[in-house]
Amino acid sequence: MPYPQELKELIKVVEKTRSERVTRKKKNEEVPFLSLEERKKILDYHPDFREEGRREIKVGPSKGYRIAHEMVDMLEAKSRVNPDLVDLSRVDYKTDVLVIGGGGAGTSAALLAQEQGAKVIIATKLRHGDANTMMAEGGIQAATKGWKDSPYYHYLDVMGGGHFKNIPDLVDTLVTEAPDVILWLGKLGCNFSKFPDGTLKTLHGGGTCRKRMHYAADITGAEIMRTIRDEARNRSQDIKVIEFSPAVELILNENGECAGALLYNMETEEYFIVKAKAVIMATGGSGRLHIQNFMTTNHYGATADGIVIAYRAGVGICFLHTVQYHPTGVVFPEQAEGILITEKFRGSGANLINIDGQQFVNEREPRDVESAAVIKECVEKGRGVPTPTGKFGVWLDSPMIDTLSGEGTVEREFPGKFILYKRFGIDISKEPMLIYPTLHYQNGGLEYKSKGETTLPGLFVAGEAGGGVHGENRLMGNSLLDILVFGRIAGKNAADYAKSRSDMGRLTLDHVRAYHKGLEEADIQTDRVSPMLLPDYTLPHVKERQLTSCYVGTLR
Amino acid sequence: MNTTDTTKGESRETTSGKELVSIFVMGKKYEIPKNLTIMKAMEYAGYKYIRGCGCRGGICGACGTVYRKPGDYHIYVGLACQTVVEDGMYLTQLPFFPANRATYNLEAMGSDPEEVYKKYPELFRCVACNACTKVCPMDISVMDYISAIKQGDFEKATELSFDCIQCGLCTVRCMGEMSQYHIAQMVRRITGSKIKPESSHLKTMVDNIKTGRYTRAITDIKSMSEDQLRKVYQAREMEPSEAPEDWKPADNTYL
Repeated sequence: MPYPQELKELIKVVEKTRSERVTRKKKNEEVPFLSLEERKKILDYHPDFREEGRREIKVGPSKGYRIAHEMVDMLEAKSRVNPDLVDLSRVDYKTDVLVIGGGGAGTSAALLAQEQGAKVIIATKLRHGDANTMMAEGGIQAATKGWKDSPYYHYLDVMGGGHFKNIPDLVDTLVTEAPDVILWLGKLGCNFSKFPDGTLKTLHGGGTCRKRMHYAADITGAEIMRTIRDEARNRSQDIKVIEFSPAVELILNENGECAGALLYNMETEEYFIVKAKAVIMATGGSGRLHIQNFMTTNHYGATADGIVIAYRAGVGICFLHTVQYHPTGVVFPEQAEGILITEKFRGSGANLINIDGQQFVNEREPRDVESAAVIKECVEKGRGVPTPTGKFGVWLDSPMIDTLSGEGTVEREFPGKFILYKRFGIDISKEPMLIYPTLHYQNGGLEYKSKGETTLPGLFVAGEAGGGVHGENRLMGNSLLDILVFGRIAGKNAADYAKSRSDMGRLTLDHVRAYHKGLEEADIQTDRVSPMLLPDYTLPHVKERQLTSCYVGTLR
Repeated sequence: MNTTDTTKGESRETTSGKELVSIFVMGKKYEIPKNLTIMKAMEYAGYKYIRGCGCRGGICGACGTVYRKPGDYHIYVGLACQTVVEDGMYLTQLPFFPANRATYNLEAMGSDPEEVYKKYPELFRCVACNACTKVCPMDISVMDYISAIKQGDFEKATELSFDCIQCGLCTVRCMGEMSQYHIAQMVRRITGSKIKPESSHLKTMVDNIKTGRYTRAITDIKSMSEDQLRKVYQAREMEPSEAPEDWKPADNTYL
């Protein structure tokens, strides 16, 4: 729906200060960046610092770690299956490398594993490519312009964004491999935005000291995902994709090595056994857990499945005490609530503006700082803009991009968002967008090392499911980079590992039994099962009529 | 479809005062609060998605939906996650439609349009009916990009098809029975890898990394204490937001 009259009146306040703000911007006179001390102060308003939002995990390899209730609920839950009923002698698929997850990390891993001569299976919960990768808009960071940038500066930015807590080896790998990833994507036919002479176009992102954000219009993730998915389809002789079949447990062998996974066909409700010489966990993030009730930008399937099942198999977790809230999620119109407005709008110069038409933060601070500043402006200072549904937001002044860079820029550079808003009767090249922070990224995840390996032999991790490379806060453009750098590395190393492995031993789910026992010993009484697989958006008026007392086969 | 079911529903209210409209999901009537998207309306009605739902943000192509309105012969389309329900709308989602996709070896190919024509001869069965363009929920001129491909103008086809989310609705409607979106994907990859100019600065950087130009700098910075690192970070030189492409920093020690 278009802006109602009350909001149209408030937009006039934004318009009043626009020309002066544009003039300052053109002269590079910006709202000063916060010092590290000032950043620390404002971060008190970040949801990560609400102690009541988390609790200690009582079971498993990271027992005692305090993280969000919603994530602990997933870890303090039973398996979807009774391990005693699974006949592990009935193997349905055998393969060299099993990739769990069909997003960017999983697909790039599959391609590299195949190039090493491995037979690969990708098991994915929804369709191949249904992943947060598809939704990443802004871009991918890489220091490709040697006259002003290098991996050294990229390293600094990544560490600063992550509060200097990142694991240095992982960051080293990330920034050093970055340019080669861009080259690789180009060879696969990915269309990055370029100048006529072939120079890649790059922009700033929050927390970058050099413009190194490469992009493909405003659908960078989709362009990357559809390109590598297409390539995987060209190699379908060696890369088999099993859709609508999430992994619900890892399978180990008697020596405690990873040896496959149990898949669940969501449509027929059957379970299938995959025996694999190496397994790559690439299940992505967890926005659909709606931590602290936040709206989310995430894909329908982002429910932390891989973390749950690898944790049960003994892999520790890290950096999950921090969650990334993207500063700019749609808060009006309600139909689009939670949808991401790419940081590229701010990279292109759009200011964040309060109800009085004033800037209250530089638009290029790291994401956690930016989100905390918006929450503070709305919650503490009361200078948020009220929405018709009783929420608050602040303005993202997109029309100033056209004023800065010429009429038509917004429509040309942000076609996806331009169309989205147009459908609701809002022209974002003329009217600003109303935004509020939205749950966006799982900064932490499973512990892994720079070759993608975990403490569980035979299990590799890539992408958002892993933790450490982004420390406590990821910068824009480093997620697409992460999934491709570590997807490729995990794919290659998993294939090498598979080659070196001859005896697979006897398959077992004993670790699941042991985990169940651990739950009992910790006195956790629950009928929760996990992984969640899909969020439940059934409303109370429907639930109160769903009276089936017991599920009979597929008849619910 | 029972025609009496599609008469315009009377506007009613829920207990919470929300105005209701009637929609018909595969012919079956549900009353739904006004202003919901089709996807949220389906969930309000009690459906739980396995297929037909993906990113919920208009980019993944999982939720293509076809609908009609009472007393109107037109076919309407939209993405369920983006389209707001209308009173009397009757709809079905099309989460999947079989499509023909050719396997090809991009690396071994050139940019000759013939390569695409060989893989997809059905391109020339286009009768210019324009049904594909009309059905596209992303407002892409599908027929125009197909015609650009037939003329060998792959750059134009890439530009025209760039916002394609591969939902497959064009393929459902094509009289020539082609799978437009797979053809466009192949063409875009040829454009990206064979036609657009290469980026020489990218190759230079990759070579410099391989020959170890930055190894020392990274090793040094990795061994810094957190305090030292903070200082270096705070002091780093910022490229101004409006700086020209050829901007150079004053300090080039680590370039």
